[in-house]
Amino acid sequence: MSLQDDFAAALLAPEQACPDGLFSSNGADPASRFAVYRNNVHSSLINALAAAYPVTLQLVGEAFFRAMASLYVQAHPPTSPVMSEYGGALAEFIQGFEPAQSVPYLADIARLERLRVRAYHAADCQALDQQAVLLALQGQADLGTLRLQLQPSLATLNSPYAVVAVWAVHQTEGGLATLNPWHPQGALVLRQGLEVKVFAIDPGSVAFINSLAHGNALGTAVEHALEASTEFDLHQCLTLLISHNTLTHLHLEQKVSP
Amino acid sequence: MTLSSLPAVSQAQAPGLPGRAGLGLKHEHFIEVLETSPDIGFFEVHAENYMVAGGPFHHYLGLIREQYPLSLHGVGLSIGGEGRLDRAHLARLSTLIERYQPHSFSEHLAWSSHGPVFLNDLLPLAYDSATLQRVCEHIDQVQSTLKRPMLLENPSTYLQFQRSTLDETDFISEIIRRTGCGLLLDVNNVYVSCINHQRDPQSYLDALPLHAVSEIHLAGFAEDTDSLGDRLLIDDHGAPIDNAVWQLYEKVLAQVGPVPTLIERDNQLPAFSVLLAEAQQAERYLAQVSP
Repeated sequence: MSLQDDFAAALLAPEQACPDGLFSSNGADPASRFAVYRNNVHSSLINALAAAYPVTLQLVGEAFFRAMASLYVQAHPPTSPVMSEYGGALAEFIQGFEPAQSVPYLADIARLERLRVRAYHAADCQALDQQAVLLALQGQADLGTLRLQLQPSLATLNSPYAVVAVWAVHQTEGGLATLNPWHPQGALVLRQGLEVKVFAIDPGSVAFINSLAHGNALGTAVEHALEASTEFDLHQCLTLLISHNTLTHLHLEQKVSP
Repeated sequence: MTLSSLPAVSQAQAPGLPGRAGLGLKHEHFIEVLETSPDIGFFEVHAENYMVAGGPFHHYLGLIREQYPLSLHGVGLSIGGEGRLDRAHLARLSTLIERYQPHSFSEHLAWSSHGPVFLNDLLPLAYDSATLQRVCEHIDQVQSTLKRPMLLENPSTYLQFQRSTLDETDFISEIIRRTGCGLLLDVNNVYVSCINHQRDPQSYLDALPLHAVSEIHLAGFAEDTDSLGDRLLIDDHGAPIDNAVWQLYEKVLAQVGPVPTLIERDNQLPAFSVLLAEAQQAERYLAQVSP
């Protein structure tokens, strides 16, 4: 074991003793000073998670969230100095975290918040002009072969809970009274300009957007959407996508999927 | 002031950063900075916060960079790490430097990564010849990859290693001599470490190669006690700059002249006006030593 092996191992495990070979010039117990480093590591990482998952925190309270985050930090310390990426596995962790099961939608709220962070920092990409898109769609004889490329910030989520409604109600003070979280809801997350937006969408739209994102042509994407929900409304979904500047390319000829 | 009779020895003013006060740029203040165009010498950003593909961080930094000199300050390179430097991280730094053309790039005398794990703190080093060799090799690699000299920041520490054979000041002096890097003198770190290790701050400063100081950092600390009940200062960047640190700063300036000075506040972030007032206070000290 090298010096930094010992130091790093003792930092991450709160129960582990302070490493050997350390001293304080005043003769104080080095453990009382090693504790500063251990606290810095743990509290800075827990603070990073709290900042990235504000609604997840609100749903369980500060004390519960910090205790849960502390266990997450020990199980999943960061593997990159880019802290905006830290916490990507928190939703999965919550899913398997027994004490959190009393809030069944907690993991999906964490998934939604992760998508928001990713959208916030996603690559900038020039959107197609809305009028040009409409003209191109109207002028296309065989719409089914059209391929639409979407903004890198865009992502979807399917949840058995009203994940967007729960998230939205925590964006304002009060107003929890009428919320019913016990119905399925899809989410669309995107960044328009500098602003991250969240929309509730139906399962058909989730399937449609995911199919487009996989490089499928419009016709195939509509098939996937209708398989997911017979109530899928193509016009409404395309309007949502176009009006929020999510289209970056239209490929009018058939191309091989990536 | 007892040292005002000493000659100014600074000869390594930052290449480009003005000899004024600057502020750490926080995303909470992006819009206020753009709307009010405060009279400030420069801004400094943590490089890792901008290692993202796009979005508001790049948008606002790009606009602010058009108006102000910029210092790029790394907190994740782990120059003191036992392992190799992370080439992917160096490449990300290169990309940022290419994009924003900062006037200065600085990093810490510390380690923060170990194997695959990033520990998100600036951890202390044993000051021996093996560590010295390794740190110098890493700094050489940074300077050749980034094609510019870097500044190395003195650490704040809470512990010492029995394995150390060199004083921290000798260790830093030797790094600067061997690599030609500049010194980012964090006066708060000097004060924090000296209190924590029962050393006189002035004698610590006297043992440093102050001619290499190209930037100064000032920040606030938190106060705790160790197992003996002695003062244990914690460099938390979460409070106003302490009077003792201001006094030390004034003495440093008398020796080094008007070196670019950054006010750091990363926690318990106050209103921008509060930080601006601290920057103005630093500028009054700078004015005393300006030609």
